[in-house]
Amino acid sequence: MISTVEAPSGSHGGSGSPLLSIEGVTVQYPSKGWRKPAFTALKGISLDIQPGETMGLVGESGSGKTTLGRAVLGLAPVTAGAIRYDGKVISSMNRKERRSLSDEIQVVFQDPYTSLNPALTVLDILAEPLMTAGTGRAAAEQRVTDLLEQVHLPKDAATRLPREFSGGQRQRIAIARALCRDPRLIVCDEPVSALDLSNQSRVLDLFIEIQERTGVSYLFVTHDLSVVRYISHRVAVMYKGEIVESGTADKITSNPDASYTQRLLLAAPVPDPERQAVRRATRQQFNAQLRMAEATGQAN
Amino acid sequence: MTIPPIDGIVAAPAGGNIARKRHVAVQVLQDPVAICSLAILLILILVSVLAPFLTDQDPLKSSLAQTLAPMGQEHLLGADGVGRDVVARLLYGGQTSLAAALVAVGVAFAVGLPAGLLGGYYRGRADAILAWASNFMMAVPAIIVLLVVMAAVSQSTYVAMVVLGLIVSPSVYRLVRASVVSVREELFVDAARVSGLSDARIIRRHILPVVQAPSIIQAAQIFGVSIGIQAGIAFLGLGSPNEASWGAMLNDAFANIYVAPLLLLWPGLIICLTTASLALLANSLRDILGGSRKRTQRHLERKRDAESSSAREASTPAPADYAPVAEDVLLVVENLKVNYPVDGGRRTVVDGVSLTVSRGQVLGLVGESGSGKSQTAFSLLGLLPPEARVSAERLHFDGVELNSLGRGAMNRLRGKRIAYVPQEPMSNLDPAFSIGSQLAEPLRQHLKISAKEARTRLLGLLERVGINDPARVYDSYPHQVSGGMAQRVLIAGAISCDPDLLIADEPTTALDVTVQAEILDLIRSLQAERNMGVILVTHDFGVVADLCDRVAVMHTGKIVEAAEVRDLFANPQDPYTRMLLSSTLEGATPRPPLNRKPGVPNSTRPNPALPNRAQTA
Repeated sequence: MISTVEAPSGSHGGSGSPLLSIEGVTVQYPSKGWRKPAFTALKGISLDIQPGETMGLVGESGSGKTTLGRAVLGLAPVTAGAIRYDGKVISSMNRKERRSLSDEIQVVFQDPYTSLNPALTVLDILAEPLMTAGTGRAAAEQRVTDLLEQVHLPKDAATRLPREFSGGQRQRIAIARALCRDPRLIVCDEPVSALDLSNQSRVLDLFIEIQERTGVSYLFVTHDLSVVRYISHRVAVMYKGEIVESGTADKITSNPDASYTQRLLLAAPVPDPERQAVRRATRQQFNAQLRMAEATGQAN
Repeated sequence: MTIPPIDGIVAAPAGGNIARKRHVAVQVLQDPVAICSLAILLILILVSVLAPFLTDQDPLKSSLAQTLAPMGQEHLLGADGVGRDVVARLLYGGQTSLAAALVAVGVAFAVGLPAGLLGGYYRGRADAILAWASNFMMAVPAIIVLLVVMAAVSQSTYVAMVVLGLIVSPSVYRLVRASVVSVREELFVDAARVSGLSDARIIRRHILPVVQAPSIIQAAQIFGVSIGIQAGIAFLGLGSPNEASWGAMLNDAFANIYVAPLLLLWPGLIICLTTASLALLANSLRDILGGSRKRTQRHLERKRDAESSSAREASTPAPADYAPVAEDVLLVVENLKVNYPVDGGRRTVVDGVSLTVSRGQVLGLVGESGSGKSQTAFSLLGLLPPEARVSAERLHFDGVELNSLGRGAMNRLRGKRIAYVPQEPMSNLDPAFSIGSQLAEPLRQHLKISAKEARTRLLGLLERVGINDPARVYDSYPHQVSGGMAQRVLIAGAISCDPDLLIADEPTTALDVTVQAEILDLIRSLQAERNMGVILVTHDFGVVADLCDRVAVMHTGKIVEAAEVRDLFANPQDPYTRMLLSSTLEGATPRPPLNRKPGVPNSTRPNPALPNRAQTA
């Protein structure tokens, strides 16, 4: 019932070479226990991201969307295929070579409670990547002040500990950390799903604002279609380790082709009782048809 | 956005690291046990180090004339069996004993700490080899090895202590490895890797501080054990005769126990004092540094963070006014208040909430984190922690005035007449029991039926909540089913006693969106079929629109607006409700595809999101 893997979409306007291209990437985790087959988290994924573009990656739990983000960051083992960044293959780099990429590729994680070391002040957290790169203490502190301003946090935030901030503010600190070394690509792993509704839209606006100013690209992983529609230029939908559909944000979130995407879209409740009642009826009808098709398929 | 008040642990706005360390020192100084044991240890160390200045007697010089000399001018505590001064031997013996114990601790950490860091951080083959080596070491009988070494290799106490250090190093290795493994999974370690930090730096900056506290405690323990073992070895007469030590004194005193029993007292006393001080100090440090407290602390912090904003008083009074309707009214709550003790006062998290639920009605309780919505639901269920103070002017359930929300009154209703569906299905099932036994227990308790009858009933219910293979699920354990399935199981459990009121706290937040839709469908059909009243706590307006008849919007512990669901969405009255509704991304214009011409800077591109943002602001 799910349409087969679609070739990487070429629907982006520019003809320039992509910043990141993922070519037939497979990720397998060895299973515990002897001679058990390895667990395949990603099956031959292909995708590319242009400079300044947001690629939304949407799917449910277990779809492999987070694994793909981690593979780009070098935190998941790529067992087949290649990930190219700016033309060079980065998926087979060792830990040491990988470190040189920290200027280029950064990350914002989902959980603002565990992604910041609770024992370090905001200044220490933000200065750490800078000083690793050889920036002096004074210059690093100046840069941290700028960064805090960029993410709209008060200046005195630097001397405080992460636990003194709310979820939304912590996520701003995590964004500031990602921006530290002027990366060209940021992998965002569900960065707003732990936030309250009103913070969610503010943090998304911050992401967009930063992108407008710096031209950074995002690989934006989320389970929420309305978030992905708001932030992404293009969207890829993942299901069971494969991409079932990709295209522009409007196309995927309003008029998708793959039946899985349709199911996903119909399952998301609309904050409007009348429209939701219609959507619910459509969904139930759609699911009944799917079940029927399945049943007849089995009968034949 | 305002910064929520913090928990008061870090009061100083200055660098947090320093504040925390100073804080530990302050806490040590506030603990009488810690102060006493520290003082005793310091005195012992000082006296031992300053031994040459405190006595002019030679601890090793024997003199037949002074054999078992009594206490007096020349020998303050007398002399031992070969005429050596007891005071001098105690003081110099302290040097040997303490230095020897230090050697053991040093060796144990020099081996165990790097091994633990290495094994815990890199895992894989190195970890497997280290684990094997540590198991091997732990299987070796320590005392026998020590005796063999002392007898065959060297009489020196220090050599024995090096061996002892090696033998106890696996305990350090295991402790460090366990701490490293738990912190290594944290996202901030991943973030540090992506930031390009070298492994050495990650270990130093992010991992060592976590290992620090348990290591200090472990060191104090090993120190005490080493002193005891060292004394034991010397007591057996295995120590070098050229070293004064407390154990050697015991050995000599034991030989003369009938002639001069007092000789046994001094070394015994000082060994007891040292090991007891170390043990007590280790205990105090464990309480202060909190080896296992960290995790729960963060959990609490999260909750506190969620609730803290409710501390601020809202200026608008609660306009909610539910006139109680006669017959079909199931629950009436008036002026519900919940507060918690905080330093120097109480913090109100639910501030005068009044609500009414009729039979067959779904009331949505909606708000952001810290609004008090979950606290309201939990207080109705009687699930708040004991320090919470709950009060209500009126509590009416199904024709009966309960007046107070006392535990007893609620307990009789809970489970049977009022049921609960939690947010995290998995953490609400006990992994140690099969699903069936967990479901059957309350059923048998409330309805007084047999196990067989309960099973038949539950299999029917499991089928009703959409589980295809009820018998298999009934016999499986929680880890064998998916999150959506677990939520169905809990719903089946909640409705098993035919409740009149169902309280669901974010029942679909932890689930995938397709599963959420199915669970909402299930709750809707069960509610209609049984004419249940439902209180649905949620932050999601989509879920509200899907399921609720009536909505109450909560903010800072109060209900700011309550209305029929259609009215609320069509015509929200309160500014806070309007703000929340405008924050939903649904209906926002999607971002158009990137139109980037080569050579044109990206920043010149018009911002497609901005007009949208202006609308929502």
